[in-house]
Amino acid sequence: METFLGIDYPTLWFLLVGGVFSGYAILDGFDLGAGAWHLFFRKELSRRIALNAVGPVWDGNEVWLVIGGGALFAGFPVVYATLFSAMYIPFMLFLLFLIFRAISIEFRSKEEMKWWRTMWDVSYSVSSIMLAFLLGIVLGNVLQGIAIGPGLEFQGHWLEFINPYAIMVGFTTLALFMMHGAIYLLMKTRGKLFVKLTNLLKRGIIFFVVAFGITTLFTLIYIPHLSDDFKSHPALFIIPLLAFLSIANIPRLASKKRFKLAFIFSSLTVAFLLILVAIELYPVLIMSTVDPMYDITVYNAASSQKSLSIMLIIAAIGAPLVLAYTIFVYKTFSGKVELDETSY
Amino acid sequence: MDVEILSRIQFAFTISFHYIYPPLSIGLGLIMVIMEGMYLRTGNKVYETMTRFWTKIFALTFGIGVATGIVMEFEFGTNWATYSRYVGDVFGSALAAEGIFAFALESGFLGILLFGWNRVSYRVHFISTLGVWLGSMFSAVWIVVANSWQQTPAGYHIVGEGLEARAEIIDFWAMVFNPSSVDRIMHVWLGALLAGAFLVLSVHAYYLLRNRHVEISKKAFKIALVVATVFSLGQLLTGHKSADGVAHNQPAKLAALEGHFDSLSVADMYILGWVDKEKQEVSGLKIPGGLTFLLHQNTMTPIRGLNAFPEDERPTALNAIFQFYHLMVAIGMFLILLTLYASYLWWRGKLFDKKWLLWIFVFAVFLPQIANQVGWFAAEMGRQPWVVYGLLKTSDALSKVVTANQVLFSLIMFALVYLLLFLLFIYLLNKKIKTGPSDTELIDKRARQKEMAGIFKKQ
Repeated sequence: METFLGIDYPTLWFLLVGGVFSGYAILDGFDLGAGAWHLFFRKELSRRIALNAVGPVWDGNEVWLVIGGGALFAGFPVVYATLFSAMYIPFMLFLLFLIFRAISIEFRSKEEMKWWRTMWDVSYSVSSIMLAFLLGIVLGNVLQGIAIGPGLEFQGHWLEFINPYAIMVGFTTLALFMMHGAIYLLMKTRGKLFVKLTNLLKRGIIFFVVAFGITTLFTLIYIPHLSDDFKSHPALFIIPLLAFLSIANIPRLASKKRFKLAFIFSSLTVAFLLILVAIELYPVLIMSTVDPMYDITVYNAASSQKSLSIMLIIAAIGAPLVLAYTIFVYKTFSGKVELDETSY
Repeated sequence: MDVEILSRIQFAFTISFHYIYPPLSIGLGLIMVIMEGMYLRTGNKVYETMTRFWTKIFALTFGIGVATGIVMEFEFGTNWATYSRYVGDVFGSALAAEGIFAFALESGFLGILLFGWNRVSYRVHFISTLGVWLGSMFSAVWIVVANSWQQTPAGYHIVGEGLEARAEIIDFWAMVFNPSSVDRIMHVWLGALLAGAFLVLSVHAYYLLRNRHVEISKKAFKIALVVATVFSLGQLLTGHKSADGVAHNQPAKLAALEGHFDSLSVADMYILGWVDKEKQEVSGLKIPGGLTFLLHQNTMTPIRGLNAFPEDERPTALNAIFQFYHLMVAIGMFLILLTLYASYLWWRGKLFDKKWLLWIFVFAVFLPQIANQVGWFAAEMGRQPWVVYGLLKTSDALSKVVTANQVLFSLIMFALVYLLLFLLFIYLLNKKIKTGPSDTELIDKRARQKEMAGIFKKQ
């Protein structure tokens, strides 16, 4: 098997797809989180400022989902096919909320009527909450495994996906994004909204710590196989340790009002938690709850060596470009939100 | 109804609806690049005002395009899982390339295009507009490459047998430049540019008829007319090249397009017609030997008809394919006549004198849209019963675990949501057009640019 830096291609692609989804979670995470808080802001001006804080960037953030989906499809077609067809209804609902969120942002400012704006505010906030929650539902089910049978096809019922563990992961994801989003908004606002957000952030941090604590405890007790890798390789404990440290750092930095740094640490938290997930899973991508012989792994799901090597070249050319535009756009819109005639 | 027909209806419906918007983004993108380029060159505020006006309409079409675009990427996995497993190795790389090379460029610069007017210099803003337009053009390239690979697969080999069989890539560039991709990219590009140009023509023709925004409208109309004329004529060429390609690569599809049944004979070309599948005949107005002449420039060479192919390898919706194809061609011809006539009047200095002509332009906005839709219908229905031509049948490509009820649920969901979306789109578009370009914006608001945050200032 061909390797690059001593890592075989399927593993490299596992890291790459994981990297793109981490980028997606960090970027779209803050705008979904900002959306989840939206109805907490009472005044029209506050809502406009909050919306315009994500206005110029949310679309670019969502591109990471499109790229992640494409990379998963291209790198691991079997996962793409099995997971998406098994979770047909959750993914269709995901699309529904994705559509409503996009049009709420776009349509809200187009009319002055109060009912019109309130309608789109509710639609924007509810769809942001549901998207974060559904992402967690998918992650929760991937973590505990799904009923994959012969031919690597799902053989259960879709209602099985709504289970306590998945719901817990759903809430944890929502809480993480809300904490992350509140910190982002704090960087972009001033005045009364800023004061209000400092209070909301405290609640967001508590929500996250509680949800995360319960989920972690549940994982250790009821899904012990997920921590096997850590028991056999104690050196890996550095990752959960780093995750805990970066989480602990957030309230410390927030109380000092150093929100830029806090944002870096909430981004790092998202990244560490996903690295944790990656270590827990690898080399299995989706565990079969029917029989380990039906586990979908990076090796039985990966595309051919040739295909993976072509796409590595595509990624090597594309990634610096994407990073360059992303940095350029964020620099252009850095600083506090200033409303002008082009704003939403 | 079974899962196959429901999934086909859902995919066709979601992609047709989506395809109202990207062509507008591509076409409006070019026109905005020209308008803003004119502004940079001349410094005339009229061009800035029209660029800003069209940017607002662009934002609307782009927004709905994004919202409805990701649906198809998901549907490959949700509804067509067997297809995804079969082609992922090949098709996936085109899709991933679209995301990373095209969509990222487009969406990255979109923020600056829409909200960056007071934050960056004119030049950087122009580059952003250009970036968004190029991104949308590249997006079309990769999507059409992926689709063309389904029409004329190349650069792959099949590994495994039966249920385990799947296509693996062996030559990336052969996949990208498969026999039909270049011709089809050109044809799709031009169709999209026409959709955008005719929207601009329609709106400004309306203003001229209503005596509003006259100065701006005259200039904008001329810009769009140049684009429309050039690409209407160009479409003749790319259309012909595409048909040549179909004749060579997908003979059964070609036979269906013209309703040619005889297994081997000189083929006619119909201006208008009706296909009777049972009797195997077409009644209508025809040019005897026309198809043969178009493809071989003589009147003798026989062409393989539908009966030359096994019954289970022929498209079935013959009359629909025939009608869709002929409607597309008829619209194409009409657009050429219309734009040439308008260009002639412009040359004679009488472009805006004929009210009836302006009224035709007001309503002509629907024509390229219809042609784009029915052209794709003909291309995709003509590919049946294959999803990947000659390799994988549509009926074998479905998700095995998805039930008819699930698809029915999502189909109804999409139908309702898209109906709402479409009504809102029409309402808001109409509102923006009624409001019009704000001529009062001709005061430079960039005086305060220096005070604003951001590092990419003009000086």
